[in-house]
Parts: sequence; structure tokens; C-alpha cells
Amino acid sequence: MNALRKYFDKIKPNFEEGGKLHAFRSLYDGFDTFAFVPNTTAGRIGTHIHDAIDSKRIMSLVVIALMPALLFGMYNVGYQNALAAGQLENATFWGMFFYGFLAVLPKLIVSYVVGLGIEFTVAQWKGEEIHEGFLVSGIIIPMIVPVNTPLWILAIAVAFAVIFAKEIFGGTGMNIFNVALITRAFLFFSYPTSMTGDDTVWISQDTILGLGYAVPDTFTAATPLGELAAGAGVSSCICSQIYGFIPGSIGETSVIAIALGALLLLFTGVASWKTMLSVFVGGALTAMLFDSTLAPENLAAHIPWYQHLVLGGFCFGAVFMATDPVTSARTEGGKWIYGFLIGFVAITVRVLNPGYPEGMMLAILLMNAFAPLIDYCFVSRNISRRAKRAKI
Amino acid sequence: MSLFSKANKEALTSPLNLNNPVVVQVLGICSALAVTSQLEPAIVMGLSVTIITAFSNLIISIIRNSIPNRIRIIVQLVVVAALVTIVSQVLKAFAYDVSVQLSVYVGLIITNCILMGRLEAFAMMNKPWPSFLDGIGNGVGYALILIIVGFFRELLGSGSLMGYQIIPDACYNIGYMNNGMMTMPAMSLIIVGCVIWAHRAYNKEL
Repeated sequence: MNALRKYFDKIKPNFEEGGKLHAFRSLYDGFDTFAFVPNTTAGRIGTHIHDAIDSKRIMSLVVIALMPALLFGMYNVGYQNALAAGQLENATFWGMFFYGFLAVLPKLIVSYVVGLGIEFTVAQWKGEEIHEGFLVSGIIIPMIVPVNTPLWILAIAVAFAVIFAKEIFGGTGMNIFNVALITRAFLFFSYPTSMTGDDTVWISQDTILGLGYAVPDTFTAATPLGELAAGAGVSSCICSQIYGFIPGSIGETSVIAIALGALLLLFTGVASWKTMLSVFVGGALTAMLFDSTLAPENLAAHIPWYQHLVLGGFCFGAVFMATDPVTSARTEGGKWIYGFLIGFVAITVRVLNPGYPEGMMLAILLMNAFAPLIDYCFVSRNISRRAKRAKI
Repeated sequence: MSLFSKANKEALTSPLNLNNPVVVQVLGICSALAVTSQLEPAIVMGLSVTIITAFSNLIISIIRNSIPNRIRIIVQLVVVAALVTIVSQVLKAFAYDVSVQLSVYVGLIITNCILMGRLEAFAMMNKPWPSFLDGIGNGVGYALILIIVGFFRELLGSGSLMGYQIIPDACYNIGYMNNGMMTMPAMSLIIVGCVIWAHRAYNKEL
């Protein structure tokens, strides 16, 4: 650590006013403050909240919390490939893991290079510090897309989301919509065939650097929600859905891996337990409601309520995206309503709209738009209550 | 008085750039979103609006001194509606396919904010010839933005222009795909936003 600090101090003069690398000062600043807590304090003017950790440290915690789901996602990519090729008994654990690692790594790199590239350019151009927000978005984006998403459309979607969902609102902390979800929404509406399409997108079909197995192009594997939307029953059992050995977007399949991340987020207080809990409560109640009211032909309405919470991106969205501190409701009472409505809308889209097998993305984006309104209502209710209490 | 005095030229050219009805005054957005998924309807729509603004401006300007002030909106609407009906019938007679594509949006030119705006703000207080030029200028300014938006939406959304395929098959074979979102109205709002962004970056005085 000391050596790194010394190295940063040694190269610092190059980036200061008049130094030969002055044009890249935001790059230096970004890496310096990422590696070390900056030793500056807020000025005397204005009101500041003092805390031991800054937003870069919070973001790093979220990235650590995402690790179990990401690592499991890599393993599952290899597992699904071996399963599809019928070679499961020959495949080794490390062979499957490294296959998945090599399949996911290019997406991670593309997401970070494009997203951070735009962030650094904008920061340099506006003469501001680097915003740290993309640290989390950049790792979430590869986890919420199918493994066969072509890299070039991923790059376009990331660029679109960072520019139009974030930078034009003023950067990190100002965005109305979750950047990672805007990326996914762009992919979903622009290139529907490579996001859900004909069910060939969920399984990686080719060998990578000699690892893995070649699967015939015609092999299809639907996600459980895709099967329901197509009018077939769910073919996998509930335990494999909880472990995560099912086709799906890279990071969303395993409930256990997501739960590990959720524990860390809750333990450190980064994510709000109220939002998280109310998403699940909203989803469960809505699923029960549809189960008892809708006609038996609607298959998605009649799977058990707990299965709704396990399948698809519900857990991942509830834990890592609904709780995004920037785009979610900020008032304590508002968090309950915000979360509950996310669960409600997600299950409603799943059950009532056969065109969209999964509703979590649309639900969170919709509620992102309403979060400021929810906050406004709670704040003005509080103001009027206190005004009534005051005796003048 | 010369036909192209400085004030008349100003009436004709300022809507093309610094006083553009779409990107500066942000009027007529709804039809700009609705008809621009392909280039051809965008051009036809732009032409129709140009003709209608020019002639409604001219007619209202001619009769402006005899319109009772309290019912002027009704009179303006009658003139515009008559012109819209003529244009719509001509389109049905000579360009039926395009008129089917444009569907209700030709009829909805009656409610286009640019028309009423120009009639109220210009034709009611100016002589016929400047009003006519102003109508042409605003119509062309509107058509210009529609054509830009339609160009990008058709090129990126369908890979073609005016119905002819532009992006070669070789590109599709190596994995290129049309952007489905470009054919949705949501994306045209973002393209209009980009045009406004570029326009303001270029014209610092805006």
C-alpha cells in the first residue's frame, strides 16, 4: 500500500497545472481517489454531512456484494454450455468456471471501457472530478444481459445509457433512471432478437480457447419465465432455481449468491432493508392475488408465489437495483410504497402481458420515474403535519 | 417596396436557423415524432405543412382587417381546415400509399401549433407578401428537421432510405442488426433532442 501511495505522489506533478500530462488530470484524480480516501475536507461554506466513508467506498462495497452473483454467473455459463452439449459428466468444475470467465470477461471489459471512457471524457471536458457512479453500473450491466449478447450492441447500449440517462442529467447522483437498467431497456427494445428472441441467446454455443463444448446452433433453452410465456410448464425444479442452475441473464439466476450480496449490503447499511423487503412483499401479495383471481389458462398466474420471487431478475432487481440510493425514493415512508409498487408492477407485467415474460426491468424504471413524486408527497405531508402541531 | 427587402428576407430565412419552429420554439413536436419513421412520409408531411402555412398565412393576411377580433380563431381554423382538406384530397388522389402511411396526421395539421402560431403572431399584423414568405420559411424549417430525423430513423431503424436498402447485405451477414428502437416514436424524441443539442452548440447566441 505504501509503495502505491509513493508511486501516486511521485507521478502527481505530471498531472498538475503545467505538467506534461495535464490533459489526463481527471484520470489521475479518479484512480488516486479510488485507491485512497482523499485527504481533503469539505470547505467552510455551506452545509455538509460528514461521514467516514465517501461514495467511492460505498460503490466499492456494492461491487464486493455483487461478486458472489458474478462468480456464480460465470460458473453457470460454463455449466449450461456443458449441459447443452450433453457433456456434463466429463466437465470439471474449473473447466466450466474458466469457460464462463472467458465468456463474461469481454462483456465486462466492453462495459467498463465504453462507460468509463465517456465518464472520463466528460469529466475532463467539464473540468470536474471523475464521478464514481459507473463503477457499479459497469459491473451490473454484463450481469443483466444474456451471455450471447454481441459486444458491439452492448457497447452502443452502454454509450447510449451513460450519455442519455446520466450525463445529460448532470452525472452521478443526478440521474432519474438507473443507468444499468436503461442499458438493458435499450438492448431490449432495440435488439429484441438478441435479448429474448428465439431462446438461443441464453446458452453460449461455441468453444472459447479450447474450453467448453460446441453446441448445435439450433439448440434452444428457454428461461423458466420464457417457458411460461410460451404456454408450457416450468421444466426445472424449485431447488435448481434457488441454486441458480437455470438459463438466464448472467448474474441473475442464483438466489443464494444474490442473498450473500444482500446480506453484505444490509449489514453495512448501504442498501435500505425497507425497500428490499417491500419489493418482496409487493411481489408475493400480487402473485397471490393473481393466483386466486385469474383463469387457469394463464400459466404465469398459477405458479406458487415464492416461485415468482425466485425466478427471473426479481431477486437481482430487488437487491441491487431497486435499492440504488440515487434513483429510489429517499423518504423512509416513501421507500415502503416505492418498493411495494415495484413488486406489484413486476408481477403484473409478467402475468398479464405475455409479450414480456419478465417485468422487473420495466417495473423498476417505471417506479424510478415516480420516486420523486412519492418523496414529494411524504415531505409535504410531514410539513403540513408539523404545521398543524405548531401553536402560534 | 422591393419584393425581397431586408425584412422580407429575414421573414423567409430566420425560421430556417435561429428561429426554427421545431428546434428553437419547440412547436409541432407531436407530428415530428409520429411521421418520421421513414424518410418519404417525412418529406411529404414537410411539403404539406409548407404549402398549408404559406397559403393560410397569405389568405388570413389578405382578410386580416375584416376579421372581427373576437372570432378570429374560428376564422383562422376554417381557412386552415379548408386548405388541409384540399391537401389531404390531393394526397389521396396522387400519392395514396403515402397518405395511408400518414393516416390521421395530415388531418391533424389543423391542430399543428406552428400554423396557429404563425397566423396569430405574424399574418394578423403583416401584409400578404411578407406573411406568405414567413409561411414558406416556417414550413421549410419544419420540413428540414423532419427530414433530418426521418433520415436517421430510416437509416438506422430499417437500413434503407426512401425504401431503398442502403446498408449492404454483407454488413448483416457479419452480425449487424437494425435498431428496432429507431422505429419507435420514443427514439425520435431523442434524435430531436440531439439536433437541438448540436444546433445550440453551433449557435452560441441561443
